[in-house]
Amino acid sequence: MANNTGGSTFIENLPKIYGLYTGGFLVFILLMAILEQMGVSADTIGILFVAFTIVIYAGIGFLSRTMAVDAYYVAGRQVPAVFNGMATAADWMSGASFVAMAGGIYFGGHGYLAFVVGWTGGYILVASLMAPYLRKFGCYTVPDFIGTRYGGNLPRFLGVIVLAVASFTYVTAQINATGTIAARALQIPFEVGVWFGLLGILLCSMLGGMRAVTWTQVAQYIVLIIAYLVPVFWMSNKNGFGLIPQFVYGDAVQRITELESLHGLGTLPAVEGAKGGLRALTVPFVDAHTNALAAWKFVTLVACMMLGTASLPHILMRYFTTPSVRAARQSVAWSLFFIFLLYFTAPALATFTKLQILDPTLATGIIGKPIESVMALEWIQKWANVDFLQIIDGNNDGILQLNEFFMRGDIVVLATPEIAGLPYVISGLVAAGGMAAAMSTADGLLLAIANALSHDLYYKIIDPEAETKKRLLVARFLLLLIGAAGAFVASLKLTSILGAVAWAFDFACSGLFFPIVLGIWWKRANRAGAIAGMAGGFLAGTWYLYMVRWGGMDPWIGIDHLRFGMIGMPVSLILMIVVSLMTKEPDAETQAMVDEIRVPSGETVLGSSH
Amino acid sequence: MNDMSKREEHWRRTKSLMFVTLTIWFIFSFVVHWFADGLNSVTFFGWPLGFYMAAQGSEIVFVLTLFWFVRAQDKIDRDCGLAEED
Repeated sequence: MANNTGGSTFIENLPKIYGLYTGGFLVFILLMAILEQMGVSADTIGILFVAFTIVIYAGIGFLSRTMAVDAYYVAGRQVPAVFNGMATAADWMSGASFVAMAGGIYFGGHGYLAFVVGWTGGYILVASLMAPYLRKFGCYTVPDFIGTRYGGNLPRFLGVIVLAVASFTYVTAQINATGTIAARALQIPFEVGVWFGLLGILLCSMLGGMRAVTWTQVAQYIVLIIAYLVPVFWMSNKNGFGLIPQFVYGDAVQRITELESLHGLGTLPAVEGAKGGLRALTVPFVDAHTNALAAWKFVTLVACMMLGTASLPHILMRYFTTPSVRAARQSVAWSLFFIFLLYFTAPALATFTKLQILDPTLATGIIGKPIESVMALEWIQKWANVDFLQIIDGNNDGILQLNEFFMRGDIVVLATPEIAGLPYVISGLVAAGGMAAAMSTADGLLLAIANALSHDLYYKIIDPEAETKKRLLVARFLLLLIGAAGAFVASLKLTSILGAVAWAFDFACSGLFFPIVLGIWWKRANRAGAIAGMAGGFLAGTWYLYMVRWGGMDPWIGIDHLRFGMIGMPVSLILMIVVSLMTKEPDAETQAMVDEIRVPSGETVLGSSH
Repeated sequence: MNDMSKREEHWRRTKSLMFVTLTIWFIFSFVVHWFADGLNSVTFFGWPLGFYMAAQGSEIVFVLTLFWFVRAQDKIDRDCGLAEED
């Protein structure tokens, strides 16, 4: 493969290569199932799953090594639409999507579904407003577009700053997730797990840049989607919920509403004394917002996540790798399809897990059962030992009530196999899937930051005369440095995973959404406007985040720290329009360039090597 | 039809496709969910409709819209002779 990754034979053989890979992975799962039957311990199987998949990714990373600039930055622009769709889906779906989303729905019900809507609909904006035009432009990075479209070093530099802040916020959460999973699967301390996770991530990206990340992300998508779907299908069929659970869980949703009132949800007093991060169920599953403020909170969260999607550079840069503008558009549609497969399964998984825990007529039901018998269950003991769940008999009646059962949201995905009584091999598979999800996102983010710093800051601003070899050396050195910084911050455990993820979207949309969109759709947008829009939006959003989160300010009309993009974006839009109109229109050359990117045919604006 | 008017027609049609796409996007991203509580009183194949739209309905619409958009834009490019060579 090493010699052919640049040639057309490799591209033509992609379906065969990844078909074999998928088959091989399924054989590996079977082999693990056989080992389990032969009495190999659950821990060993977990270690084998995580170690085996990481070795495969590292192998792909090694085979994809390159010393060519366009292969390093944009995978040689030859990734077919469907495969780029898979790579984007892996790039997109983070440790949080994989591990935390179903748990978030379990606890938050309808309100949390704002994330599911927000993290899918943004792709409509990517396809209709951005990706095809940026592909025609021919840039290597997002600041590369901003710098060339608006001219001068300052817009490029501001683009790099926003990109670095948004992506770095996100990447620490991902390295944190790889650390958590590695620590659990390999039985090592979290602080060591973080550095182990980073090692795996760097093995995938150091030698081959975007080319290596692309082909490992496709491999990681296959692992993560199998790992997410197999347990859900298995559980559903084993427990008689239906053949294709995603399409039949409507009745289960209604049943949960009945069970919630049966168990007295919302009427029971809060029980004190739960360990940090553990929650009891307090929010009804189905009930939607009943007043305008709550509805506003739902749609503003959706808006921040969607416009953030369309501004996050590690996603946009995936569409620079397709062979054509048409393929870039197709590939956005495929990305959304591959993401959809997981996102429309998460609510089904949350529903079935909830039903299994709440329904006293099911064998798995624990609420309303004697605490003594619940404590005897193997999965309860196992997850209680690692502080993922806790039972406190608040009223000392020996019966488990809804307000006495505490757990972490992550359990919904991680413990499903055990709650439903599936073999341990499935738990190992889930660990490998979570690892794939976190690693693939971390890879994309680290590469986005390192590429912006090496291409835009170092090559375009500091040393435009640098030779290819030196540029690629600097790029790799920066990758190492940023990865290490990310792992260091992650090891400090500063924020919960999800808080940090939502912030990345808010940072990105505050600073980058309008400068990119208006750069394509409004010829009149100029350098001064872009500078004002980027700096103003980013600073306003950051100031608001600081004031609401740490400064003691009350949120304005429900716009809390998860939604600070709602402050940054309008500031960015207004400043950009007003300042552009107050200053001179862009020169004829720039306007001709905008005309050129609006047409799919013809050469890219920037050369294939620049 | 000369080159300039072809480009103008291409951009005009591209813009109107963009507006149609974003209108669908806006309805299924915001309008539907604003009224989720009211929709929940309707049952759709067992689901309360407001919950269904957030959990699955909007997402299905997004996927279908995107595949339709890709085809429609490709047709515009070809009609105006501005598509890339196959």
